[in-house]
Amino acid sequence: MLGIFIDFGSTFTKAVAFDLDKEEIIGKAKTPSTVEIDVTLGLKSVLEEIHRQTGKRLESFKLKRACSSAKGGLKIIAIGLVPDLTAEAAKRAALGAGGKVIKVYSFELTNEDLKEIENLKPDLIILAGGTDGGNKYYPLINAFKISEISLDAPIIYAGNRTIAKEIEEILKRSGKEVWITENVMPEFGRLNISPVQEYIREIFISKLIYAKGLEKAQSFINSIVMPTPLAVLRACEGFSKIFGETILVDIGGATTDVCSISYGKPTQSGVIWKGLPEPYVKRTVEGDLGVRVSVLSLWEAVGEEKWKEFLGELNSYKNKVKLLSEKTDFLPIDESDFYLDYILSYHAIKLAVERHCGYLETLYTPMGITYLQYGKDLTEVKNLIGTGGPLVYNPYNISALKSALYDEKTPFILKPKNPKIFLDKEYIFFAIGLLSEIFPEKAVNILKKYVVEISY
Amino acid sequence: MGEKTIVLGVIGSDVHAVGLRVLDYALRSAGFDVVNIGVLSSQEDFIKAALETGARAILVSSLYGHAELDCQGFKEKLIEAGLGDILLYIGGNLGVGKKSWEEVEKRFKELGFHRVYPPKTMPDEVIKDLKEDLNIG
Repeated sequence: MLGIFIDFGSTFTKAVAFDLDKEEIIGKAKTPSTVEIDVTLGLKSVLEEIHRQTGKRLESFKLKRACSSAKGGLKIIAIGLVPDLTAEAAKRAALGAGGKVIKVYSFELTNEDLKEIENLKPDLIILAGGTDGGNKYYPLINAFKISEISLDAPIIYAGNRTIAKEIEEILKRSGKEVWITENVMPEFGRLNISPVQEYIREIFISKLIYAKGLEKAQSFINSIVMPTPLAVLRACEGFSKIFGETILVDIGGATTDVCSISYGKPTQSGVIWKGLPEPYVKRTVEGDLGVRVSVLSLWEAVGEEKWKEFLGELNSYKNKVKLLSEKTDFLPIDESDFYLDYILSYHAIKLAVERHCGYLETLYTPMGITYLQYGKDLTEVKNLIGTGGPLVYNPYNISALKSALYDEKTPFILKPKNPKIFLDKEYIFFAIGLLSEIFPEKAVNILKKYVVEISY
Repeated sequence: MGEKTIVLGVIGSDVHAVGLRVLDYALRSAGFDVVNIGVLSSQEDFIKAALETGARAILVSSLYGHAELDCQGFKEKLIEAGLGDILLYIGGNLGVGKKSWEEVEKRFKELGFHRVYPPKTMPDEVIKDLKEDLNIG
């Protein structure tokens, strides 16, 4: 049986074709995305290329599935009550479902917030707040306020269940589309994000495909089934089932994603774990760390002192970086382009992984020193995987990926200490994720074959 | 959760967990919905938990003698967070040195606590007071 998997990305439309019986790649293609004009143009072009490579037309492929992150991805606004409790829980739910969280609000929405929400034009809103039987005031007032703005994005309510019915009525009365589900934090400190995530996916499939103008592609490909980041996450979960706890870095032009499949429990004695419990499958997205669209904010986040250390005199680089931010589909040509991309990736990955991993804080108590752990301890994670164009196609990718490793100079940041390093050198992670829902075993076998361990 | 929700925790850099377990157990058995935020909890941790859960009372435990320092400004922050009306109890080893209990109690009442309990207080007493203060049977 043959299978073809498409990713409608914001910059590129990619296709990977497999012979699923032999568990082999038979063709790969990539072309600039045409979602803004007509999604089928780019699609036809990659199908043409696949045909050239394999001699197979679309009809020969029995399994056809696609994912998408086109038009800015799945833009989600998360609203909760306390910033590091229900607002954070709603945010994590959105990220873990492959969404792009464009803004998080806490407490009572102000008029300025409401205007901002209108302008941000989210694809989806998650409204949370209060544990079950807990606070009613904030979710209710926020529902009222949202009901008054002009907005046609669906709203998922995942807050205090005591008032779910009222919230539904308030929002429905003003013609809003409401989906009611379980609370993201049913009791204090307990995270319950999968019900919301199921709804996010359902809404993505049933509505957002149309909102993004992707429905024309549906006549070619059976189904666009999930946002691209979720496909990558699924592949990573499959990988960790065979190889153990895993951290994945996916670097792109606009963002750097980090996923960890790990409990993240403290690995040293005498450490007390604080804060919200961590989801086993955790995804974070750094919207300011990328090597094209977000290269200027990356430049700023790292700081010129650091760049000087790596690049020396900065004048010529400054212009080049500016150029990269404008010409977002630029692919490196000569040695110096590759080198700059490597240095940029190095720092984007370093910062993104630092923000993803947990950290320790020293506390001096009358009983002696105690350590508090916030977030996940990933020091003993077994595997580190790198994916994303700037990494896969760069000759210095291993060096760049090493910035994800534990650094003795910052011992309190709990980055992986001694993982095996893998590279998605064929750039097929999204396809593996799409395949894994239908044929999990084949997905695993292909993974083993093409995602290779690198010695360092 | 709802009318009988209370937040319970050990404030400051204090790691004494045993008393907290006892209180948690006793309060749950008495029908309260206990939100136990554990040891090493800051004032902010208490406030955040109370906000999300809509708790009606906060019970602070402290054994290591620094409670007075740890509780400075707590009431003010609660007012700031819109929780000025929440019931506030504290108990444990609250004073170090030779201060009389009356003096200790007075200090903590000045800090905004409605009830202050000395060491060796039995949970039953706290439960009785809570029910009375919250008007529940």
